[in-house]
Amino acid sequence: MAYFEVRWHGRAQQGIVTAAKMVGEACLRSGKYVQAFPEFGPERMGAPVRAYNRVSDEPIRLHCQVTEPKYILIADPTLIPTVNVLEGAPEDAIFIINTPKSPQEMRSELKLNSKKAAVYTLDASKIAIETIGRNMPNTPMLGALAKATNVITLDALIDNFKENYSKKFSPKVIDGNVAAMNMGFQEVKGE
Amino acid sequence: MAITMTKGQVGLTGNTAVAYAMKQINPDVCAAYPITPSTQIVEEFSGYVADGAVDTEFITVESEHSAMSACIGASAAGARVMTATSSQGLALMWEMLYIASGMRLPIILTNVNRALSSPINIHCDHSDSMGARDSGWIQLYSETVQEAYDNLFQAVRIAENEKVMLPVMVCLDGFITSHAIENMSLLDDAEVRQFIGEYKALHSLLDTDNPVTYGAMTLPDTYIEFKRQQSDAIARAKDVVSEIGKDFGNRFGREYGLMEKYMLDDADVAIVILSSAAGTTKVAVDELRKKGKKVGILRPRLFRPFPFKEVADALKGVKAVACLDRVDSMSGFGGPLFNEVRSSLYESEKRPKIASRIFGLGGRDYKVKDAVGVFEELLKIAETGKVEVLTKYITM
Repeated sequence: MAYFEVRWHGRAQQGIVTAAKMVGEACLRSGKYVQAFPEFGPERMGAPVRAYNRVSDEPIRLHCQVTEPKYILIADPTLIPTVNVLEGAPEDAIFIINTPKSPQEMRSELKLNSKKAAVYTLDASKIAIETIGRNMPNTPMLGALAKATNVITLDALIDNFKENYSKKFSPKVIDGNVAAMNMGFQEVKGE
Repeated sequence: MAITMTKGQVGLTGNTAVAYAMKQINPDVCAAYPITPSTQIVEEFSGYVADGAVDTEFITVESEHSAMSACIGASAAGARVMTATSSQGLALMWEMLYIASGMRLPIILTNVNRALSSPINIHCDHSDSMGARDSGWIQLYSETVQEAYDNLFQAVRIAENEKVMLPVMVCLDGFITSHAIENMSLLDDAEVRQFIGEYKALHSLLDTDNPVTYGAMTLPDTYIEFKRQQSDAIARAKDVVSEIGKDFGNRFGREYGLMEKYMLDDADVAIVILSSAAGTTKVAVDELRKKGKKVGILRPRLFRPFPFKEVADALKGVKAVACLDRVDSMSGFGGPLFNEVRSSLYESEKRPKIASRIFGLGGRDYKVKDAVGVFEELLKIAETGKVEVLTKYITM
């Protein structure tokens, strides 16, 4: 059985648990079976947090952690020296990193040995400040994820967000996040 | 049985699904004190109360001991009552758990399984609910978000059944199920209302025309008769659980029994395991079956009352069994599940070899390879007829 597996690295309050939730919801809308779950420790602002997705065309019965994710999203590049973001990454892993640096620079910063691995970068924090008004890199990174994979589409992400979050957020916040997803999709660069 | 594709799939966490089930049940009273990892159940349900989406009287209390005390008072007064907790919270309810069951009060408690301190740990194991296994509560263990949701409605019917009249604990795994979004389908409010029906308490403290006493002092001349009746009542719950699981299946397409058998009928060896870890074990079974190994799973859904005859019957053709407990009974002979299964098999003419494995304490991940490791050990036991290590810890 084939799984599409994602691991999110971020700091508490950067919205990665919500981002994983939104990936799950958007894939579910597309008829997939999904799991989205965080890995909690002591909950405090700024602490390193991980969140996961597992997506499949068939019902998912696994209830263990995602240990070999093909997609690894890093919402905060300052985690790279302190957290093992490469843990369990397969040779053809795809990294998406919130940074103003180029994919080439991040490849050497990550000390990636595998030539099959791909690196994508975008300045998600800058996009978030421009579109949402604060440093919330999760939604620009969702746009980037849609660009880097064919499992999830930008339309599915945006439709789900508009439908499921309009009650919770004001139209201004909704529009800002939709713009953030679009910009993340357009601006992400890969190699 | 756990995941069924039906109309209108949604993605919800276990906690959100349970809170939503509580909203649909619309209990008369909820008294609760939130604790990780069941916090969102109480948080979201109190939101429904504040929004006027339910008629429930929500009682904020200063501890879990008070939460269960308030539930007991409300239930004795004739209300339909629900609460939720985890770990230390369930531990603090301890003395009141026995009072709820002894008074035959059909209270519904969702326990999101979490390890007990010390050392402090917020993650999943079954130490909390297994410690309460002899408190006279009926216990259902859920594998998935869908099952936790479905169990809640069935729990109402089981608890309030006149042959039973006992509290029910619905267990789901902390974080693994409580915080994971999974595909599931929701019932319509009208379907829920029809299924659970109106609750009319047999004996209400508030019915002054028919005055009753709850929790009276009993001396050696009567106490044992009360306990005998209570023991008979929980034994009767077994058939009621089956009937209600069948009725649920007839109405909504997801049938539940006392236990789930997965590839067990022709199995040489089997793992007996509860809750979410059974799902991971199923993946291991599929892998090994492809290699021609006859392996299977027995997942009891009902742990109290323990369906010992049905368990013995389900395992009669198997050569070797491992009971995987997500809890240690600390110097007991193996884990609680092992105790029960091994005792159940004592009267069988052809008993399988049986081993106890303790796994996943404090949220330690239980992977497919861990299940495969146990199955390989079992296949060796089946071949040699010898259990080399009777009890041990795995996932270390």
